[in-house]
Amino acid sequence: MNRHLLSAGDLSRDDALLIVHTAEELARISDRPIKKLPTLRGRTVVNLFFEDSTRTRLSFEVAAKRLSADVINFSTKGSSVSKGESLKDTALTLEAMGADAVVVRHSASGAPHRLAGWISGAIVNAGDGTHEHPTQALLDAFTMRRRLGRLEGLRVAIVGDILHSRVARSNVLLLDTLGAEVSVVAPPTLMPVGVGSWPCTVSFDLDAVLPKCDVVMMLRVQRERMAGAYFPSAREYSRRYGLDAPRMATLPDTAIVMHPGPMNRGMEIAAEVADSVRSTIVEQVANGVAVRMAVLYLLLGGDSS
Amino acid sequence: MPRGTPRPVTGDVSAARPVLDGDELGRAISRIAHEILERTHGGTDTVLLGIPTRGVALATRLADRMSTFEGVRPPTGSLDVTLHRDDLHLRGLRALQVTDLPVDGVDGKVVVLVDDVLFSGRTIRAALDALLDTGRPRAVQLAVLVDRGHREVPIRADYVGKNIPTSLRETVHVLLREYDDRDGVLLGPASGVDAPA
Repeated sequence: MNRHLLSAGDLSRDDALLIVHTAEELARISDRPIKKLPTLRGRTVVNLFFEDSTRTRLSFEVAAKRLSADVINFSTKGSSVSKGESLKDTALTLEAMGADAVVVRHSASGAPHRLAGWISGAIVNAGDGTHEHPTQALLDAFTMRRRLGRLEGLRVAIVGDILHSRVARSNVLLLDTLGAEVSVVAPPTLMPVGVGSWPCTVSFDLDAVLPKCDVVMMLRVQRERMAGAYFPSAREYSRRYGLDAPRMATLPDTAIVMHPGPMNRGMEIAAEVADSVRSTIVEQVANGVAVRMAVLYLLLGGDSS
Repeated sequence: MPRGTPRPVTGDVSAARPVLDGDELGRAISRIAHEILERTHGGTDTVLLGIPTRGVALATRLADRMSTFEGVRPPTGSLDVTLHRDDLHLRGLRALQVTDLPVDGVDGKVVVLVDDVLFSGRTIRAALDALLDTGRPRAVQLAVLVDRGHREVPIRADYVGKNIPTSLRETVHVLLREYDDRDGVLLGPASGVDAPA
């Protein structure tokens, strides 16, 4: 394992499988009456969130607490960042306080990489701009493996706002490492420049892809990152790229539907699809805790040298 | 890391001298099985939990013998202690092993922990913590194939296959057919990296 988790692309196949296997053992602990482990006693984990988050921040907090680490939650609201403190000065403050791990979410792509140069502790990227979100990709892979029993050869379609999605990029990189066949599906305006160099196939036609996939992963249309007009109307987007019940019926019988959350019900995913038995959306949240425990254990569990 | 991969035998096995051969090892397991049956009044409400990796195979063998002797096969399982170890921050990262408890759990049962070598006692201390997080056994006992001395915490075994006096510099290798090419216990010179475990 590397000292930090900055990109899903940094993980070798062995690293990724080690995280998934470790998460599998840790997931069983979540079924026990006593869920707390003494493993990271005396270690400090800082949740440094410059962007809003429910799932990821809570999930990291629960994961660190289950391993007995001390957790410090930092959000920009109410901190000196609102007085104009720079990322570097914030980092130096954390360094002075002796953080063993810093879980960072930032609206700027690459912020965790910069932090890794300033802080001696382990940096975990919890989402940076439109770049990467490696723990989401890990928990998605873990969820697929639990539901479908394998990752090798799995046909995965990632559908929606690929352009603004850090989840898509991390998933493409990780799933390719793990031997899955990934295709990304989006309107041309929401496809990133250079997607041709990604290790995946590209399609603009959802209906052609659906009958040939084992996993379909719907992405949220990120209106907060959209300054221009990327598609004529929400209704038109939903008609062409939204997953509704008739579209879901064209999937193979065993296929599952995933969504990293938060969802726009009625936009990229219909409510009846989100609540169907094929949907793993709630499972993904539960699995997120086990995967983040595994990441924290593997980064902080050994000696620090 | 595949699940349940045994830690490879460290050190130079060829330089080690045999202490127990395969037959003697089998007899030691048979005797422990008899002793467990005696102490637990026929093995009712008893659970055998092996500590990965070789303890798991030993627990299975003990249960098989108990079933042969008295017709009652106690449930077996495995208990990984890695997350409860007290030396995690002193050493390199350890991969987790499988924890697999019997479906009925351990509440109210007599739990016999099974390990291959009892040395510092710290593994068993960690195992007690791990076990008590999963439930409340009526009693906990300890069975080991080899007791090599040098305890660092006040822990003793209830069932011992063989006491082997050792120096701290020596290494005890337990070979089991489930993982190795044969059964046996060897005593070898220190590998240099194998600290008390």
